[in-house]
Amino acid sequence: MDTPTGPPRPDPGRRRFLGYVLAAPTLMTAAELLPARPAAADAPTAGTTPADLSAELGSAGGPSDGIPSADITELADLNDVLTLAALPTSGLITVQVNEDGTVSFALPRVEVGQGITTSTAMLIAEEMDVPLDRVRVTLADARPELLFNQLTGASNTTLSTYTPIRVAAAVARGRLLEAAATELRAAVTDLSLKAGVITGPTGRTVEIGKLAEKAASAQTRAVTADLKEPGRFTVIGTPRGRIDARDAVTGRKKFTMDLAVPDAAPTMVCRAPTLNGTVRSVANADEVRAMPGVTDVAVVSTGVAVRARTFGQCIDAVRALRVSWKPGTAEGKSDATVLKELRAAELPMGLPPLTPSVDATFTFHFRGNSALETNCAIADVRNDRAEIWSSLKAPIVAREMIAARLKLPLGAVTVHVTEGGGSFGRKLFFDAALEAAEISQKIGKPVKLMWHRADDTRQGRVHPMATSRVRIAHLGPTVLGYTQRHTSVATDLGHGFGELLTAMAAKLPVADLTFSETFFQLSQSMPYNVGVYSRLLNETDKSFNTGSMRNVYSPDVTCARELLIDQLAAKTGQDAYRFRLDRLKDARSKAVLEKVAEAGQWGRPMPDGTAQGIALHSEYHATSAVLVEIDCRPETVDRPIRDGVAGPRVTKAVCSVDVGLAVNPRGLEAQMMGCLMDGIAQTLTSSLHLRDGYFLEASWDNYFYTRQWNTPPELEIIVMPPTTDKPGGAGELGVAASMAAVACAYGRATGSMPTSFPINHATLSFTPKPTVPPVPASPADGLDHAI
Amino acid sequence: MPEHTFRLNGEQVTVEVAEDVRLLWVLRDILGVTGPKYGCGINVCKACTSHLNGRAVNPCSIPVGALRPTDEVTTIEGLADTVDTDLHPMQQAWLDHDVAQCGYCQPGQIMAAVAVVRRASEEGRAITDADLDGIRNICRCGTYFRIREAIRTGAAQMRKM
Repeated sequence: MDTPTGPPRPDPGRRRFLGYVLAAPTLMTAAELLPARPAAADAPTAGTTPADLSAELGSAGGPSDGIPSADITELADLNDVLTLAALPTSGLITVQVNEDGTVSFALPRVEVGQGITTSTAMLIAEEMDVPLDRVRVTLADARPELLFNQLTGASNTTLSTYTPIRVAAAVARGRLLEAAATELRAAVTDLSLKAGVITGPTGRTVEIGKLAEKAASAQTRAVTADLKEPGRFTVIGTPRGRIDARDAVTGRKKFTMDLAVPDAAPTMVCRAPTLNGTVRSVANADEVRAMPGVTDVAVVSTGVAVRARTFGQCIDAVRALRVSWKPGTAEGKSDATVLKELRAAELPMGLPPLTPSVDATFTFHFRGNSALETNCAIADVRNDRAEIWSSLKAPIVAREMIAARLKLPLGAVTVHVTEGGGSFGRKLFFDAALEAAEISQKIGKPVKLMWHRADDTRQGRVHPMATSRVRIAHLGPTVLGYTQRHTSVATDLGHGFGELLTAMAAKLPVADLTFSETFFQLSQSMPYNVGVYSRLLNETDKSFNTGSMRNVYSPDVTCARELLIDQLAAKTGQDAYRFRLDRLKDARSKAVLEKVAEAGQWGRPMPDGTAQGIALHSEYHATSAVLVEIDCRPETVDRPIRDGVAGPRVTKAVCSVDVGLAVNPRGLEAQMMGCLMDGIAQTLTSSLHLRDGYFLEASWDNYFYTRQWNTPPELEIIVMPPTTDKPGGAGELGVAASMAAVACAYGRATGSMPTSFPINHATLSFTPKPTVPPVPASPADGLDHAI
Repeated sequence: MPEHTFRLNGEQVTVEVAEDVRLLWVLRDILGVTGPKYGCGINVCKACTSHLNGRAVNPCSIPVGALRPTDEVTTIEGLADTVDTDLHPMQQAWLDHDVAQCGYCQPGQIMAAVAVVRRASEEGRAITDADLDGIRNICRCGTYFRIREAIRTGAAQMRKM
């Protein structure tokens, strides 16, 4: 490649993009946070247009049986929309080189466990040739100028930041080499940069920290930068431990509630006995205000706030309050009434097929997306300004909503994004940040607001209850048509996706669909050739606090599909694995399925009451397959577990995943393991029971997320070698195939296809806690339970 | 207001607070020791697991008034100081297996793991699958499998101590 002007001569192993050197006292470089535009006409295109993608996916397909079916996600899936949306409005992201030789970067995303601070540091370490442990990644405050580009969701982070971050780092590398050339009196081409040290032709060396000031620029200017070719990667694609692991294991890692903000005293809210109930009156506010440690009691829109010296005293105060409540938003509703609503809202399946078919309806109950860190935020609201600290995936939307609620100008509100103790969809919303701001304004003091676990489970956001009806028409083993009608309690997507898709609507082939239908269509894909294909979503009932839960529709939609494919394979005498393999559209999906079948010894003889299950899911330009073995024998199902659910045990799991290019395979393995645990929970044990307008669950010993006793003792994750030069999404990818594989294995082991999830939902395995007072008393017998 | 004194991570500490305030809040809200996390407040999730005189307990369920001046409370912050190395072998095993995801539950997981290994060791036996199945600490990120691997590694290293 020829270089028109400017230093340095391009390295043939690098690709050329446009970046910036910013005016700053130390070296600061930047790139636009969007697929960086190539600086030269002959450079490869970094942005992916729907047309490009269509061609890419089309060419990836291998030979397969069956009738091809067009799919909207082959034209544009959600990730393309997120990435394209950034084009006209994007701000800059900056890399700074410090005098101590470290490199700083403020990531406009939030780390909630998914490992993006580590993968981001890896991108910078790769392009700059600095050691990984010299890269410091922090989280950026809400930056309104980034608009849609500060949303951590839809497994989009690595996909959308992969090129821009590397461009900024590569610009820095180039500037450092130029500065070193002067320092060492050598040509740039005679220098080598390795492990943060630049070596000249005579063997003289200079550390990059010593060049931080010399490489700085007095004015901002655009420059070109060359990116490394994937073949020369030494960091990207290699397994690395998390950069925050040491802080995590020593207790130094700081979450929102660990921050010491002056005068921000512990604060909790006494909440209604039914969902979203509000305060009518408080009988004993003064009495509670006089309790030990309590400083404030105030009625707010969500309940009665109490502020105290310690959270323990907040709990006592919440329990002591005598409140009269107005009704909530779901009065009188229960699982059964919502199911009736869903059945009534199901869209028609169309004319019955003239050929044989299999047809089934599946029910998926409410599930909680509570993280281990409950909803929490710190707020310091003054007359003329407000400062908020919270772990937020949509901080720009949060800032706007908080400013509106406080009636402050947008510029007077600062929102700091903190690292989160898990998200699973919860941190797309900012319920605690908004509530903390309201409380701080009302009582005129800084507050450290934390939800009690009971509140987080009962009043926090949930994955909506849904039904999915699937019909597959066939003639012998040939699939002629596939119809799916997904019917769901409305999912609240009001955290930024809404604006984004509205703005993008004109560019998408779905402009006439409703927003949630658009989201549904964009996030779903059909990996198999199934002939005439129709899928539709209908939503009903907006009375619940909903949100995504490590994916929105895919786990339920996929679980229903894979179960019915198993049923069709059995009906037509086909092997469930071969049946899938022969109908898969693309080579990458075939490869992951073949991989788990081989590694998991698909078809091996198993004792009665135990069985294998296999399933596949594609999304986010990525694909994954899962094979599990399950033990449903009575001695296993009925094994004694104190205050928990034993149930069938997944004894072994093999997951394979192809995300194109895995930036950090070790981190990807971790994500897949987490996805598997979610899939196991969603099929076997975890749900919320709605009764009389509230959810019964109020504790981790009521809501049965996977525990050690449900964990597969044997587990293998296979990260496929790179199949593209771009990373796909991974944070949510594995849940759908895991959930489906466990369901398929359960059906095979018990001889009966499950149709209601989780399978234990019909049995209430705990005694519900009271709703008044809303939080349980703190136990005092901890010394009796020492291990 | 009553005074309470106990040993925390090797040092004598004294706090003025009502005696029924649970130790978790004394640690976090008064003493600023934030390694032990809140996850439920009712001794279920185990995110606050710490050691009292070498045994795993949950400070969310211990009134501070129940502590004696000689009682030694060890939180994750003090675990490494109980050995001669930079990190406790269990913390090192956690790094070797890259266990943590969000990391919120991990201080409690590590403190529970050390106690479970000590218990098995006192009973003169190796860690079993049943021991691992019996650990009640929640990890909502689902790191359970790597926790199991790390405990086996950490246990082997602890035996060499």
